[in-house]
Amino acid sequence: MSGYYRDLFGGSWSLLVGLGITIKNMFVPIVTEQYPHFVPVMTPRFRGHIELVGDEETGEPKCVVCGMCQKACPSGCIKLAGEKPEGAKKKVVTSYILDFTRCSLCGQCVESCNFGAITFSKDYNLASTDKNDFIFDLKKRLEEKS
Amino acid sequence: MIPHPETRRVLTPFILPTVVLLPLLAGGLYFVWPLVPGGVQRVLISLVAVIAFAAGNAAYLVWLERKVCAHIQRRIGPKEVGPFGLIQPVVDGIKLMSKQLLIPKGVDKPLFMVAPLLVLVPAIMSFVTIPFSEDLVARNINVGLLMIFAFASVNVLGLLLGGWGSNNKYAVIAAARAVSQNVAYEIPMLITVITMVMVTHTLNLNEIVIQQDGSFWNWYLFRFSASPLMPVAFLIFFICSLAETNRAPFDLGEAESELVAGFHTEYSGMGFGVFFMGEYANIVIGSSLAVILFLGGWQSPVSFLADGFWWFLLKMYFLIFCVMWIRWTYPRTTLWGLLNLSWKVLIPLSLINLLLTSFMVKVWPLLMGAS
Amino acid sequence: MSDFALSQTKETFVLNLGPQHPATHGVLRVKLEMDGEYIVHAEPILGYIHRMHEKMGENRTWAQFMPNTARLDYLGALSYNHGYALAVERAASIEVPERAEYIRVITVELNRIASHLLWFGAYVLDLGGMTPIFYAFDDREQILNLLESVTGARLTFCYFRFGGVYNDIDDSFIAGSREFIKRLRKQMPDYHNLVTKNIIMIKRLKDIGPISPEMVRKYGATGPVMRGSGINYDVRKNEPYSVYPEFDFDIPVYDECDSMARYMVRMDEIEQSMRIIEQALDKLPEGPVMTEKVPKNLKPPKGDYYSAVEAARGVFGCRVVSDGTNTAYRLKLRSPTFSNLSLFGEACQGMLLADALAFMGSLDLVIPEIDR
Repeated sequence: MSGYYRDLFGGSWSLLVGLGITIKNMFVPIVTEQYPHFVPVMTPRFRGHIELVGDEETGEPKCVVCGMCQKACPSGCIKLAGEKPEGAKKKVVTSYILDFTRCSLCGQCVESCNFGAITFSKDYNLASTDKNDFIFDLKKRLEEKS
Repeated sequence: MIPHPETRRVLTPFILPTVVLLPLLAGGLYFVWPLVPGGVQRVLISLVAVIAFAAGNAAYLVWLERKVCAHIQRRIGPKEVGPFGLIQPVVDGIKLMSKQLLIPKGVDKPLFMVAPLLVLVPAIMSFVTIPFSEDLVARNINVGLLMIFAFASVNVLGLLLGGWGSNNKYAVIAAARAVSQNVAYEIPMLITVITMVMVTHTLNLNEIVIQQDGSFWNWYLFRFSASPLMPVAFLIFFICSLAETNRAPFDLGEAESELVAGFHTEYSGMGFGVFFMGEYANIVIGSSLAVILFLGGWQSPVSFLADGFWWFLLKMYFLIFCVMWIRWTYPRTTLWGLLNLSWKVLIPLSLINLLLTSFMVKVWPLLMGAS
Repeated sequence: MSDFALSQTKETFVLNLGPQHPATHGVLRVKLEMDGEYIVHAEPILGYIHRMHEKMGENRTWAQFMPNTARLDYLGALSYNHGYALAVERAASIEVPERAEYIRVITVELNRIASHLLWFGAYVLDLGGMTPIFYAFDDREQILNLLESVTGARLTFCYFRFGGVYNDIDDSFIAGSREFIKRLRKQMPDYHNLVTKNIIMIKRLKDIGPISPEMVRKYGATGPVMRGSGINYDVRKNEPYSVYPEFDFDIPVYDECDSMARYMVRMDEIEQSMRIIEQALDKLPEGPVMTEKVPKNLKPPKGDYYSAVEAARGVFGCRVVSDGTNTAYRLKLRSPTFSNLSLFGEACQGMLLADALAFMGSLDLVIPEIDR
């Protein structure tokens, strides 16, 4: 019988305490981000999709088409091609296609690159109704950016 | 500003009624109105007012609920449509109305269609007897209290038929839960009301409020001369009205983590919307009754402030806020917990209160008179 | 209660709980044979999110499989990273620098807190209380921000490498972790007052879903499910790995065997994880975070290797069989929730539907990890 009264009074008290906590939180400042109005800034290490890095002086991609990123990618979403122009010391990338639909943002490609030629972009507002929008031509993107 | 094509598509069916029919109706009314006899005029006006009040409350209580829960959860809640999201209920209503009324295969069609109405109509009917102030009452009935409880019992029939007619296992379980819950909670609630009637000697809601004239210590909540357990009676009444209206923590009938959406699992569009309106109308009724019975209706809490319907609304909305506050604080009880609470706590307490009150009201004066 | 249920009429019906149901938190389907609201027989049906991770491991290089481990249990991804990394490091005999070990412990424990916080919120949500999940998410958000600043991702971290970790942590991370622990210490009493001590909660959890120690052994359940049944077993203490022996922490064990015990184990584990993180932050040594000797094209010698870690949900075991090439010959992942779910069918016989869902929540299921 003592359990009955303990439940009745202790229980009622616990319910009142709960009400106290929720009403206290009603006056706590709002913590949510109002997304489309205030866009969060990604941290420097944020792993977005990859992007080619251009040379500081010429703006041409640093990539030498060694193919390490292509080999490292677990999902096979990188396709790149290059050629060696007459008289040049190293190969130049002619096309660098990222199939973002299969990418899992693991970052193995960036780690495997010995030339610092690819980096993570900070894009995260990626949404589309068309699959083809996610097949990125990274070389074109780099040219558009510079 | 050009509205979005989707918005235009949704709004198109509403253009004809609003642009053409509404002015026609208004014009017609202007000419016909003087010909209507006075008594009928009053009935029509009060009916329209009651329905508008119920619908407006249902719509804006949803908004309030969303705001309250958002702030309790450190969020903002609706804020995009209109200032503070105030137009949100209107847009929600339009959305619900323009949605397809889906009738799944294998449902019991008449029951399925009539169930939402069985929830909403009695709730709206109950508003007829609620006195917002001494004169502001659609119909001053001598048995107002009785009528409200009669209608409140129809509510559960709506839930039962909705769940049964849906041909959905979750809905049937929910309906069975809702019925056993309502049966269990009507007993302590009615015993408490009987106690109150013993004190008030009337079923007329207007008179009950008039008896609580004066300052707040004259409210029945603090009428210790009638029974020292009056605040407990108020609590019992309040808890029971939570359970009657299927509100958390007693929302077993629509326990969404167990029964998907409970008895309205199969309802879409306005079928669901009507259920929803009925739920909120019932909350308003429950809170109004609590205000009338215990908190002095339209009477002001201190004698130097004028009485008026604003006091009634203030108290009612405060109670509704408490209902929401409770909902967003507690987890759900189980059916066993709920029945335990009813049979082991509320019914014994309300019976004790009944005995005590009858002693105080009937026997005590006799003893006093004899000495 | 169960006798009452089972002695009733033979008239039962089948209720398909899932694959889309609010309480299963994913695509788990449970076929329930019900007598009214009582469960006569329950059978979990799996395979709705099977992605053949084990087979993928046989087709990818050792390093390429690392991102997959984060996709098993997306709520405690780092523990799974850790388990796989440990197994492969054992296979290829790779040493991990001390600083990297400390960073691993700090991040894994932060991840464990995040996972338990999410479970706490979702569990109360299962029971119908909608507010605590928002508070829990608010706190979990702080952890995700911290982990994002070092790993670059918020959920599928993929932070560990064979022989160390991907990035070093910086001072802002250390300061942020200390700040967070201070904040969570202040929040925990609120959680207990709002939820743990709530009479409705107690009534719903006490003596519901009993799992006897025998049943735990029979089905191989681990983690908080096991420790809630009075068995003191935690890989971090019993078969210590990484630098766990250097920290002073307790393993919460409760003997009640009910849902409340499992709930309390997890809540106490949050406290213990905070203790570990504090000690690790104090002791954090300087040095490299990556060994230099790891070959790019890793080929562990032939052999059969096993390594286990204590993930948030129990023992995550990783068995790798190497045939000396750059892919695994066989990769077996032992996921804790698979075993934890297995006992659901036996344990929930004769239970009410509402109690069974409360019980299922207390097992802390993550469906992608069950199916793998």
